[in-house]
Amino acid sequence: MSRPKPPKIATANDLLEGDVVYFTPEGTWSRTHEEAAVADTPEAAAELLDRASGRALEVVGVYLADATLAGGAPRPVHFREIARTRGPSNYPHGKQAEV
Amino acid sequence: MYRYTEFDETFVRARVEEFRGQVERRLTGDLTEEEFKPLRLMNGLYLQLHAYMLRVAIPYGTLNSAQMRQLAMIAERWDKGYGHFTTRQNIQFNWPKLKDVPEMLQALADVGMHAIQTSGNCIRNVTADQFAGAATDEIEDPRPTAELIRQWSTDHPAFSYLPRKFKIAITGAPNDRAVTKAHDIGLRMVRQDGEVGYEVTVGGGLGRTPMIGRVVREFLPKADLLAYLEAILEVYNLAGRRDNKYKARIKILLHETGIETLRAQIEETYARKRRLLPEIDAALRAEIEAAFAPPAWDERPVPPLPAEAGLRSFLDMNVTAHKRADHAIVTVSLKPIGGTPGDATAEQMRVLADLAERYGYDELRISHAQNVVLPHVHRADLPALYATLCAAGLATANVGLISDIIACPGLDYCALATARSIPVAQGISEAFADLREQADIGPLQVKISGCINACGHHHVGHIGILGLDRAGVENYQITLGGDGTETAAIGSRTGPGFSAEEIVPAVERLVATYLSLRVGEEETFLEAYRRVGLEPFKTALYDVERADAA
Repeated sequence: MSRPKPPKIATANDLLEGDVVYFTPEGTWSRTHEEAAVADTPEAAAELLDRASGRALEVVGVYLADATLAGGAPRPVHFREIARTRGPSNYPHGKQAEV
Repeated sequence: MYRYTEFDETFVRARVEEFRGQVERRLTGDLTEEEFKPLRLMNGLYLQLHAYMLRVAIPYGTLNSAQMRQLAMIAERWDKGYGHFTTRQNIQFNWPKLKDVPEMLQALADVGMHAIQTSGNCIRNVTADQFAGAATDEIEDPRPTAELIRQWSTDHPAFSYLPRKFKIAITGAPNDRAVTKAHDIGLRMVRQDGEVGYEVTVGGGLGRTPMIGRVVREFLPKADLLAYLEAILEVYNLAGRRDNKYKARIKILLHETGIETLRAQIEETYARKRRLLPEIDAALRAEIEAAFAPPAWDERPVPPLPAEAGLRSFLDMNVTAHKRADHAIVTVSLKPIGGTPGDATAEQMRVLADLAERYGYDELRISHAQNVVLPHVHRADLPALYATLCAAGLATANVGLISDIIACPGLDYCALATARSIPVAQGISEAFADLREQADIGPLQVKISGCINACGHHHVGHIGILGLDRAGVENYQITLGGDGTETAAIGSRTGPGFSAEEIVPAVERLVATYLSLRVGEEETFLEAYRRVGLEPFKTALYDVERADAA
């Protein structure tokens, strides 16, 4: 039996600023991963990617990332994606500067 | 040093305006990202994890104080107040905004700099010995050759769409400080029957398939350099694989073709090229060589230097003999204990520019080891220079020691990375923070890459560390015995990797093992490794783990 697929969120980088952004249920791009739209099934994930890619003029490199809903709001699970929610570990120059 | 001609300046400024138009078209949606990406990459603009990144070329690692000050200005005005010097002798800005990049390129053009050919499948910025023109062991200054290659390869129409990127390095000395054998083409100046020419190696490279370059020609006359380079590039351009980017470098072509066959193909093409291409114009060569003529040397006598301990350590570790006895080469370490290898703040860049102007004939170099070099400093000025470096946090006396670590940006910045490099470098540096202990350990090169592309040169580190993603967890493989010099070697993997928490203690065990088995303080880590092999180090790495698990 194959393992259940984790929920997905759509992410990219902002075209102008380069910042990490997440596609929201409202069809906009947010800099906050907690505001990301979540797709629970492969079909919903494909649709999410399709919708997000339709707003690609504002962003660069749309893709899906694994997420968890533990704690209520979505957050990425892979260390690469977790790093993208924070910024680099050597200087507080990324999103961590805004916290 | 070389100054831009009117041709250079016109070309670079035209490229800036061209890119300005391309950015505008991207922002209005007239260009898709698919269309825009190759254009931005041709101008050094990458998209990284958290932001864009602009990679600026520093030809053969040479720049003057005005250029360094401009880099500082760019760092402050359009970035976050610092720059990252790379193993390609370039500088990267990690936080530019797309709309600002044309202005950044304009500011670079104002001081004769650009970001062209710092990406893409073209001939990249040629790299060279950072001690060029100053080293005691030099046969000839390699910079005129590097500049000739820069002029020849810039925007070369035949070589702008190669199967893959192509890197050339040159050294003018038998002691190879430019890692020439790990480049697609390595040039080593040699003397034969009184004539200076080049030994040419091809097919070196690191990355996922590391290979040491093979000698394809033992002696190439200087006048025939471009014909021979064109021959190599033409053979590669036609025969290099374009079906698989992981097999597209010339090292794979060499591996699949064999050195004898490849040499025959190159020589045949070279014979044809020699008929078509005239020898390098003597007047042009003389003009370039004149641009690298030695400065008007300061002839002051050298007074006795103070015996202050900090200065003595700095002189021992960071100062190298110059071809003139009254001068010295100063390497400024960008590896403070616990710092990010290769980073300099805008303020530090200005200090370095001031020092170059005041004490260094207005010359600076960037080394592939991510340090800054003042190639010509009168020995009488060393105490004052040291005092200024101390005040700027730039006087760490660790060049060539265990904390003088090469590290790529890794997963803290790079979109290709599979693990972080910088925290590992910081951890090792802090574990060996005592500079006296480091000096006792002696020469030891630690090189860290955050992915298999090996920008951190881990394959040629005495201790190499490769960060990987193992089932969603950072994991670090160790290689031992790598060497990037004239005795080049690819390191051997010790075995299974270590977690982020385990990697620094693992390095500590390697060092303790070396100290326990070396034959006197004179035997370096690399020499000891070559004498005893991998086994004692494997035992130190893995038997501890097994004992802990039991």
